[in-house]
Amino acid sequence: MLKMLRQIIRVGLVTQAPPVTDPSLLQTRLHEDIHRVFGRALCIRHVDAGSCNGCELEIHALSNPYYNLEGLGIKFVASPRHADALLVTGPVSRHMAQALQRTYDATPEPKLVIAVGDCGACGGVFGESSYASLGGIAQVIPVDVTVRGCPPSPTALLQGILSAVQRQPAGR
Amino acid sequence: MKTTTPFAELDVVWTAMPGALPALRADVGAVQLSQVCQCVRDDGGRLVSLWGEDRRNQDGFRLCVVLELGERLLVVEHPMHSDVPSYPDLSAIFPSAARLQRATFDLLGIRALGGDARPWLRHCAWAADTFPLRGGAVVAAGTPPREPYPFIPVEGDGVHEIAVGPVHAGTIEPGHFRFSVVGENVLRLEAHLGYTHKGIEKRLEGMTLADGIALAARVSGDSTIAFAWAYAMAAEALTDTPVPPRALALRALLLERERLANHLGDIGGIGNDAGLGFGLVQFSRLKEDLLRVNAEVWAARYPMDALMPGGVRADLTPDGAQRLLDSMASMETELRVLRDIYDNHAGLQDRFMGAGCVTPALAQQLGVVGLVARASGQAQDWRASLRMPPYAGSTVTPVVREDGDVAARVDVRFDEAFESLRLCRHFLATMPAGPIRAQLGQVRTGHLAVGGVEGWRGPVLVGLRASADGRIVRCHPHDPSWHNWPAIEHAIMGNIVPDFPLINKSFNLSYSGHDL
Repeated sequence: MLKMLRQIIRVGLVTQAPPVTDPSLLQTRLHEDIHRVFGRALCIRHVDAGSCNGCELEIHALSNPYYNLEGLGIKFVASPRHADALLVTGPVSRHMAQALQRTYDATPEPKLVIAVGDCGACGGVFGESSYASLGGIAQVIPVDVTVRGCPPSPTALLQGILSAVQRQPAGR
Repeated sequence: MKTTTPFAELDVVWTAMPGALPALRADVGAVQLSQVCQCVRDDGGRLVSLWGEDRRNQDGFRLCVVLELGERLLVVEHPMHSDVPSYPDLSAIFPSAARLQRATFDLLGIRALGGDARPWLRHCAWAADTFPLRGGAVVAAGTPPREPYPFIPVEGDGVHEIAVGPVHAGTIEPGHFRFSVVGENVLRLEAHLGYTHKGIEKRLEGMTLADGIALAARVSGDSTIAFAWAYAMAAEALTDTPVPPRALALRALLLERERLANHLGDIGGIGNDAGLGFGLVQFSRLKEDLLRVNAEVWAARYPMDALMPGGVRADLTPDGAQRLLDSMASMETELRVLRDIYDNHAGLQDRFMGAGCVTPALAQQLGVVGLVARASGQAQDWRASLRMPPYAGSTVTPVVREDGDVAARVDVRFDEAFESLRLCRHFLATMPAGPIRAQLGQVRTGHLAVGGVEGWRGPVLVGLRASADGRIVRCHPHDPSWHNWPAIEHAIMGNIVPDFPLINKSFNLSYSGHDL
């Protein structure tokens, strides 16, 4: 236990300020926006609709102490029933299309959909359409914000999540 | 490389394959196919991969089987001239052949005579009488309704099923798990995969050898360097292209950093699944540090496009090399501190020890590979056995544990992380000067070439055939997860349902790499 405490104290705080794309997008403003739109913490459900798992690695990184997603009032939840937003990686394989649609349907309004990665945007290297793949997320469910990249960095993901929240009118 | 001919009594004619891997190739009839596989099995060898090809524009269908025996690969091709192609079932010899055979039928309509005949990669995207990898195959538009998958039922007093997935509770890939349980005890687990099948092999067809690597590097994102290297190695073998030594050293540097990044992430994740949030925080921080150095040196946190057939895209500057050395020194110190904490944390070790056990005998019987095999007493590591350049001069010793439980898989990762740091220093210290890429030569038309490396998860293999104008005719990327998914179903037996996430994380297998 002492060794763990020593390590925690030695490392200290490494969390960085969230990325600022817009000068008005400050952390206090972000908390207000999340509260204004959802009335509580922003709950995200991740759905892998057929990705290569590269995007998942960077979504994982959002929870590391540098980005500290929970510190911003954003958390990942285990069920679409608890979610305000879906973070969806693609391409959408035909075998995942039904599961993605059902996850979307199970998410209560108001809901946001963030399509992640070049493949989530348009199918990426796997193409726009094939016998096994439908391409981008928007081919199956409505998308609010797209975050490109292969894979997109945690900073880009964070910017995408924040811009999705800020585009929402209160009490949608 | 041994020059003796294997299994002289079988009357099989072996020829050496071109390329960086020590490999022999032979055409075999149906009887010889079974005999070769049985001989390999008897001599302690393993199945590496199995796939089919439609070559009816030449000489019919073909089955390709890659085997590993001692310090070389044996590649056998079995031609089939019938319109209803079939071959002898190999799953009785190599249990992990079963799913590969089912996938081969789903994609090509080449049937194994015997064994499990349920569909595997085909759920509903194409009809049962359509085979997408056959030449001229037309798959009807739209997605037909899902067919119910015939799970094997477990019956008895108080037995019930828990169905999980394909969308899981955490940030992981999609797949379905069917648990048969009594109370909390798992009697049986059956996985149903194929949800992320996105037609990678079909899409590779017709691409140029140069373009194909971008797709190969995205077969399984966490193993991007391993797949890109295996693909490049196959393309270089097919075109008799000598790769500059500096390019090989740079590839190895990237591969070892990929191993390190994944092991760090896994050790933290496994700790977290056993209730130690501290572990996740500390190791995800170390992994982030590594990725940030990647971004400085390779201009990408995950350098998915760093390799190209013939070499690598970008050189390493002296400043970049120094940055790597500096960052590795602090990482090694941190890793020692954290390992000490893990090793001496009673609560953590209590969850790790005895959980999800795969005994050495079971590992050998199932033919598991990679770090899971090494944690179950199997001393196998292509860096040590096949010694593809530049590993020949680095003397890798496989890290082996005998217990086969979660604790062993964590311990192997720790040791391998230190070994990767040592190898990175070795490759930096012995980095040859010179060019970083070579022009690809002429394609050996019609020839099959293989490339492979020991990725962080296990051996990654790519089989490749191309036309004279340098376009891919058939490319099969093979992920080690094929052999290890069935082992999870054994590892969970007798454990409780709440331990499944921990056990599953300790395997950390790829869905995308398996589903293709």
